[in-house]
Amino acid sequence: MISQIIFLCLFTAAIVMFSLNARRIYRNIKLGKPVDRTEHPGERLKLMLLVAFGQKKMFKKPLPALLHLMVYIGFCIINIEMLEIVIDGIFGTHRVFAQMGEFYNFLIFCFEILAFGVLFSCIIFLIRRNVMSIFRFKGSELKNWPKTDANLILLTEILLMSAFIIMNAADYKLQEMHIPPYSAAGSFPISNLLVEVLPNNTSTLIAIERSAWWFHIIGVMLFLNYLPISKHLHILLAFPNTYFTKLDPKGKFENIESVTMEVKAMLNPSIPPPDGEIARFGVKDVQDLTWKNLLDAYTCTECGRCTAACPANITGKLLSPRKIMMDTRDRLEELSVHLSSNPGQKDDGKALIDDYITREELWACTTCNACVEQCPVNINPLEIIIGLRQYAVLEESKAPSSVNAMFTNIENNGAPWKYAQADRANWAK
Amino acid sequence: MEICAGRPRKLGKINNINVMKQTLEIPTLAEMTAKGESPDLLFWVGCAGSYDERAQRITRDICKILHHVGIKFGILGTEEGCTGDPAKRAGNEFLFQMQAMTNIEVLNGYKVTRIVTACPHCFNTLKNEYPDIGGNYEVIHHTQLIQSLIDEGKLRPNDQHEFKGKRITYHDPCYLGRGNNVYEAPRVVLETLDADLVELKRCKSNGLCCGAGGAQMFKEPEPGNRDINIERTSDVLKSGASLVASACPFCMTMLRDGIKNQDKEQQIDVLDIAEITVRANNIGPDSVK
Repeated sequence: MISQIIFLCLFTAAIVMFSLNARRIYRNIKLGKPVDRTEHPGERLKLMLLVAFGQKKMFKKPLPALLHLMVYIGFCIINIEMLEIVIDGIFGTHRVFAQMGEFYNFLIFCFEILAFGVLFSCIIFLIRRNVMSIFRFKGSELKNWPKTDANLILLTEILLMSAFIIMNAADYKLQEMHIPPYSAAGSFPISNLLVEVLPNNTSTLIAIERSAWWFHIIGVMLFLNYLPISKHLHILLAFPNTYFTKLDPKGKFENIESVTMEVKAMLNPSIPPPDGEIARFGVKDVQDLTWKNLLDAYTCTECGRCTAACPANITGKLLSPRKIMMDTRDRLEELSVHLSSNPGQKDDGKALIDDYITREELWACTTCNACVEQCPVNINPLEIIIGLRQYAVLEESKAPSSVNAMFTNIENNGAPWKYAQADRANWAK
Repeated sequence: MEICAGRPRKLGKINNINVMKQTLEIPTLAEMTAKGESPDLLFWVGCAGSYDERAQRITRDICKILHHVGIKFGILGTEEGCTGDPAKRAGNEFLFQMQAMTNIEVLNGYKVTRIVTACPHCFNTLKNEYPDIGGNYEVIHHTQLIQSLIDEGKLRPNDQHEFKGKRITYHDPCYLGRGNNVYEAPRVVLETLDADLVELKRCKSNGLCCGAGGAQMFKEPEPGNRDINIERTSDVLKSGASLVASACPFCMTMLRDGIKNQDKEQQIDVLDIAEITVRANNIGPDSVK
């Protein structure tokens, strides 16, 4: 009875805390500017099923894709086991689903295989991150906390899966010894290998089984609340993020509507210029981004496929699309802390540009869309880069001098080079 | 033959210009309108195609193809202006929209409905970014036009042409490939050549940029350990190809510079899909009426 109360308290606390965190993130994302991403729901659903659920883009790199698929399927299916654990925890039952009989045996069989698969994949992932030399795990933005974060996630998954397998092994051994309530239930292809190394003492076995059970469920609750401060949030946000992908061709950059009105008024004096105060052109800080850009930032799991494909990064330039996403999230978090502790204030004197993302990074981009193409969850770092460039050019007139010269040429003679407009068709003469 | 590949081409260029002067007639829409004619197709030449000497040769070859198959086309001539692509990618939305609206006024004035361009940047801008501000046209890239002409049986390589058995690779321009999902059209053209086609290690949606996009063409690269076109050239060298096909005047410049930088210009040619088509089909001045 006491354990049921403890369980219920912990469970409620975990859910409440997670809801609060989720609400905070939702509010932060809503700080972004509106953009309509609801048209063509059928196409969007298909995209989400293919890219998030089906992990289509992961398979550009088959080996990590297979390992990741194993962790992903393991995560999804072992959640059925979580349901049983929660019911057992609340009602004080033991393996409540065992009533399903043969099907339960099949389920446990699958869970065990998957748990082993997750364990195996996570160990390989740890080796890939910490021992092997893989370009996308070496970026300068991946030092300190991001590196720890990644390793913490992998270690947690390894510990959770180990607890699950040890729990099953002790349970199985108790079943063999016919100790109530451990009646025969389940099929244990992996954990039966551990039976031999476990002690034969009943009370020790029960202690091991219970400890592993509690370790597993408390671990899961902690992990749930670790998500909002970690890069691992992608397991939830990948779905909405792919659903709300820009459906236009990648080459299309949105036109700024307020500029359209101004230019129309400039070209045609009969059209009045837009009245009222015009919002800032381009992106200085995270509130100038769209909510989708901010959702992108929370969805990013820092895998670095974008950076590994970025022509600027490959050739040693400072730009890393992954860092653009990480900076956006970090800045948004910083701003949200400021806003919640100083209600009514809009500004903390800092900005995404300069305080986080430097000009050198901005001007290294070739707008080639390689980062957008590579992202397995359809994040778009390019929109942020262009937004920042727009701020630099339109609000500050701060572009590299050669770029300014190009602008002047287009203005004066309709070409980015200094050739006379009158000579434009000379090739045809 | 391979070693002196550069020289006859230069001679060819001079001849072509001379012949062109005599035979190739390229009317502007203004001239056509004055005569009460209207074109089936507007050829949007673009700034590179108009002013860059190397790209001008691609421009002329596209005109030759259009003449050859009897498409009634015109150009805007001095009424054409930059689409605004480099301004937009560099963040100057004002300048982009000024250019766009000015061009749209001209295009709509001539009631243009179909446009072919030789530049993936013009193609992308005209096709995707003009409609929202009042410019609605059917826009195709010249590789798509050539593909459809092949499909219709209007273009067919000669029995004997210089590309037979040659090892050829293709570099995907970002704004044609990833930007607009045009991967097949240029490849279809190359497949008619009976050549030894080889893909670059990074190709199609994984293709590596030449380094010119996003207004980089007009500025010095940011500090790094090498230039992007050198990185791309290493892919070309590894492919073992003696000819790189391209479909973008900026990629053309970047690839040529990269290959020159590696002292391989004697071994590796860079030609546009349009130039390859003209040579393989032996579309000479003879066929121009």
